[in-house]
Amino acid sequence: MMDKLIFGRYIPGDSLIHRLDPRTKLLGAIWFIIIIFLANNWVSYVVLIAFVLTAVKLSEINPKFFINGVKPLIWLILFTVVLQILFTSGQTIWFRFGPVVISQEGVLNGVFIFFRFVLIIFMSTILTLTTMPLSLTDAIEFLLRPFAAVKVPVHEIALMLSIALRFVPTLMDETEKIMNAQRARGIDFGEGNIYEQMKSIVPLLIPLFVSSFNRAEELATAMEARGYKGGEGRTKFRKLAWEGRDTTVMIAFAVLSVVLFVLRT
Amino acid sequence: MDIRFQDVGYTYQKGTPFESKAIYDIDLSIKDGSFTAIVGHTGSGKSTVLQHLNALKKPTEGTVTIGDRVITNLSDNKGLKSLRKKVGIVFQFPEAQLFEETVGKDIAFGPKNFGMTEEEGLEKARELLPLVGLDESFMERSPFDLSGGQMRRVAIAGVLALEPEVLVLDEPTAGLDPQGRKEVMNMFHSLYKNKGLTIVLVTHQMDDVAEYADHMIVLEKGTVMKEGHPREIFKEAGWLASMQLGVPSTVKFAHELEEKFEWTFDPLPLTTDELAAQIIEKLPTKGGASV
Amino acid sequence: MTEIIRLDNITYKYDDEDQRPALQDVSFSVNRGEWVAIIGPNGSGKSTLAKTINGLIEPDSGEVEVGGLMLNEKNVWSIREMVGMVFQNPDNQFVGSTVQDDVAFGLENLGIPRDEMIERVRNALEKVNMLEFAEREPARLSGGQKQRVAIAGIVALRPAIMILDEATSMLDPQGREEVLRTVKEVKEEENLSVLSITHDIDEAAAATRILVMRDGQMIQEGSPETIFSYGEELVEMGLDLPFPERLKASLKKQGLDVPHDYLTEEGMVDWLWTSVSKM
Repeated sequence: MMDKLIFGRYIPGDSLIHRLDPRTKLLGAIWFIIIIFLANNWVSYVVLIAFVLTAVKLSEINPKFFINGVKPLIWLILFTVVLQILFTSGQTIWFRFGPVVISQEGVLNGVFIFFRFVLIIFMSTILTLTTMPLSLTDAIEFLLRPFAAVKVPVHEIALMLSIALRFVPTLMDETEKIMNAQRARGIDFGEGNIYEQMKSIVPLLIPLFVSSFNRAEELATAMEARGYKGGEGRTKFRKLAWEGRDTTVMIAFAVLSVVLFVLRT
Repeated sequence: MDIRFQDVGYTYQKGTPFESKAIYDIDLSIKDGSFTAIVGHTGSGKSTVLQHLNALKKPTEGTVTIGDRVITNLSDNKGLKSLRKKVGIVFQFPEAQLFEETVGKDIAFGPKNFGMTEEEGLEKARELLPLVGLDESFMERSPFDLSGGQMRRVAIAGVLALEPEVLVLDEPTAGLDPQGRKEVMNMFHSLYKNKGLTIVLVTHQMDDVAEYADHMIVLEKGTVMKEGHPREIFKEAGWLASMQLGVPSTVKFAHELEEKFEWTFDPLPLTTDELAAQIIEKLPTKGGASV
Repeated sequence: MTEIIRLDNITYKYDDEDQRPALQDVSFSVNRGEWVAIIGPNGSGKSTLAKTINGLIEPDSGEVEVGGLMLNEKNVWSIREMVGMVFQNPDNQFVGSTVQDDVAFGLENLGIPRDEMIERVRNALEKVNMLEFAEREPARLSGGQKQRVAIAGIVALRPAIMILDEATSMLDPQGREEVLRTVKEVKEEENLSVLSITHDIDEAAAATRILVMRDGQMIQEGSPETIFSYGEELVEMGLDLPFPERLKASLKKQGLDVPHDYLTEEGMVDWLWTSVSKM
């Protein structure tokens, strides 16, 4: 069953963000990650926060999910923030204890870094929560298309990606089943020292590999029986449709970039 | 060893936005030495119940009592492992658990986890192979070179090697051919009859329930709908049909005869032998003289 | 009646060193519109035989002819277009990420234009009663539903032959029933010939003719009535015992004379009726 929490799992919905073309969302998320580095002052961050919160609101998804997205990374974020605070040299010294110096600039930088992380996570969470993995592969295939000219097997990559995604839940299920079977035979996963833990992985990995190979073989046979002979001459069932709203969103991103650039100090 | 559930519930990913309740308010008891059948549709909560039988899962609500161990949500994980030796589970398509280089080592894997030496484990494997219908020549073979049916038997031996008191079987014959199904079910039945093992069988095959079980639990939508002797539960053919669960062929046919011939079958025949005996009783040429 | 499948003296070994070939001099034919069941214990060569029909396996010797075409490298893709195959494991033949994507897979391979594809996917899903699930992912379908999607994927290609390779063996009784019902409906509507490899008594009973395989050889052939009258031997032939046969065996064991011919459940009731009224 789909009972494992997959980071950024798709949540069905019919919001404006859900209906956007996956290319818009993918491009937007990438673009956002680039332009966030333009921001270097309070005002820019306020603008960015407002932008992201609007997007969150428009996605009509419970904010709990976004906070859940941050949780697994919180220690990494705090660690980076602390490093920033400790190692930024500044004029206004707030606190000094031997070699430890905390300056106003350091704290400010730390706060910025914190928001930068959180906003990036929020933005990519919007992407993954509102876009079916499959649509995402469509978008990736589209964006990779220019590389077909230089002999990159774009069609095959896209098919591989979509099959891989399609089998994620199946393999998760399988993993759980095998783990249960081996636990019933007396294995404790995640207990004991490193050596013991490594050893306990073997009875899980080997069956998983064996069954995946069997699956792959059967899938290949089924695909062949259904007339699959490579990308040539194939038509596509899925089609992406660019609409007015996608253009609007792209313009919003352009405006945001200009604003950030102007606000830069 | 008895197993008892009191108000047991289990919720997946409790406290997250993905929370989902798999089973609730479950009360049931599996008596020592019984042959209990658990039936219900896919998604009725069977597999979640199953994982509570040897504490692979701890209930989020209620208590599970296995022998003299009481398990609640707050139970310490220490010592749960010893329960897994007492309650062995043969999962659906158990051949998926095979991983060692040789059949012998794979069967010995469980016993070794519970403290046996390699030699003792291999000795155990040699002992068990004939029981599951294979011979000693299989010891050194790779489990991955065997046929599907043989792999299944090796996997079953791997669970029997733990010498459990309770043996839980999840659709143990799925995917086997009729001959294999018959042999495997006969094997479990003889373990029950001759070795006094308590058996819990999860199945869709009502004919198997009628043939082997003396206790039956019907699960639906995450909770127990009925618990009792199969003879009592199969009496309610209408209710079972409304649950889309069906009745054994014998019961169905007995009902047909009851309608057509105005006969009454009492007690309700569960096996074809029982049905045949009652039919012969009712035929005018009593005692079965040739017609 | 015209032959739609003909196999002549097929022999095949998986491995040159194998003692016994997986298929040994097998010949049979299927007529247009016929439903033929192949039974036999696991390992008797049934699935291997099915795979030779659409060239998934190339026999060491012998000839295969499908729909008037000789199976060879040139014709293999045309033959695969004519032959739809449903395999045993519902998960391992589901290529698409959603139901409609999966049904479209075969059409994409043929290069069918998108507008026509949408139409044919819809129609096919309607025929197997899965239209409302068009956008579901496979993880949220039951085994029976996945197999119905596989059937829709075949129907969409408008084939002449459907091969079921133990397509119901991994399903629960409900799934088995729904798939069997779907096959029956689709066979009628689309005028298909069906070849089903099975251990299931209901599936075998739906056939017009049953072929029995053992150790890579075709050892028996007959109508369901003829084959079912083998009684307890059926288990060795790889088929479940029909209930009336089981009851007959019990009655006989307890000293009652029973007819040798195969009885359906109805036939059994009638026979009992005459036994009762004889006095």
